[in-house]
Amino acid sequence: MPRLSAGRRHTIAFTLNGRAVDGEAEPRMLLSDFLRHVIGATGTHVGCEHGVCGACTVQIDGEPSRACLMLAVQAEGAEIRTVEGLAPAADRFSVLQESFRTHFGLQCGFCTPGILMSLDALLSRNPNASELQMREQLAGHLCRCTGYAPILRAALAAAEQLRTESTHV
Amino acid sequence: MKPAPFDYVRADSVDEALDVLAQAGADARILAGGQSLLPMLNMRLARPEIVIDLMRIPALKIVDEKGGALIIHAAVRQIEIERRPNLAKDQQLLAAALAFVGHAQTRSRGTVCGSVAHADPSAELPLVLVALGGSVHLRSRRAKRKVAAEAFFTGMMTTDRHDDEMVEAITFPPKEPTTGYAFREVARRHGDFAIVACAASADAKGGRLAVGGVAERPVVRAMPLPGSSAINDALDEFAWTLEARDDMHASARYRRELVRRIGKSTLEEAVQCRA
Repeated sequence: MPRLSAGRRHTIAFTLNGRAVDGEAEPRMLLSDFLRHVIGATGTHVGCEHGVCGACTVQIDGEPSRACLMLAVQAEGAEIRTVEGLAPAADRFSVLQESFRTHFGLQCGFCTPGILMSLDALLSRNPNASELQMREQLAGHLCRCTGYAPILRAALAAAEQLRTESTHV
Repeated sequence: MKPAPFDYVRADSVDEALDVLAQAGADARILAGGQSLLPMLNMRLARPEIVIDLMRIPALKIVDEKGGALIIHAAVRQIEIERRPNLAKDQQLLAAALAFVGHAQTRSRGTVCGSVAHADPSAELPLVLVALGGSVHLRSRRAKRKVAAEAFFTGMMTTDRHDDEMVEAITFPPKEPTTGYAFREVARRHGDFAIVACAASADAKGGRLAVGGVAERPVVRAMPLPGSSAINDALDEFAWTLEARDDMHASARYRRELVRRIGKSTLEEAVQCRA
């Protein structure tokens, strides 16, 4: 039974976007801060830090989750995916990301990484997700710029394109 | 908004967790999915010296079905229950309420037992547990005991749990074949904490209505069927006894009106669902 003491830093290791990473943190450090400050992956944004705004949403073992509602020590051994892991290549967006650009699904972009990770998880699990399911998924995110309509259009268009592409393969 | 320092214990077994809990008592907090505890830690509303993580204890990952009852252990996430193929058939009220519990992004980690142990008066899972007459299984190094849901919730975020006890599991009773169930709530945004939440059941003889978000804990009482002449008075009386208060989300008067209206429509839906 590991007991990690409060004042010390402890080594934490997990998989981030397919690559093994590790770093040191006190038990009280949030996963959101660990990703940004220790690993240096600043694509995950931090808003409210109590689970309401959704900006810090990442995928943990395939499920969209709040990085601010998880201690870094809890992530030991987990499979974590962040917005940095979405693009298939450095010069190419994923279908969902490209759709956000085409449909003006972002303005200031603060909420975008979290929303992308939530929608990516939904579409991977259910390529035929309904508009209602997309709306419910988006209910876990606050966006103060777009009014959500362009985000929903981007999500619907991306889902459509992903379905078309998969039938061509 | 960062947590104050604490020791972190990753327990490998229930006994290990209970040993730490027996020593630390009120200075320790149990961590399961963290969707209630982490906001408390971040806002420093909770400042435990020790956090005991249960999520890697195999015995607590078990979901049992016994004669239609659903027994959910402490490390079972809400999403695991939500994705049970027969949930809507076997546990109609729980299935209906789960869609309102937080967001998909919190149900992915939050546990059913954690929400019950946290005992937020607006939370859906404590409400369903009270509505169905479920029970909470508590365990310490000294003893195990089972507490009826109505007795478990004692006030705003306070429960009958002793400092050296943990919620090991909860039991949702079997669905009654001739009873209909329904769940409704009003919140600012789907997935936010309820301003008023109602869980109802109805059979040929009468109904039961449980209300959350108004009193300091979920409250259940027998109700006449919605077609009867006594229903409006009964709902009005119920609404007043909950002693609603004004807060930044809604006035006491609005909450009472929601209890009357949503209470009635939830009972009506429960009657219609009786099949």
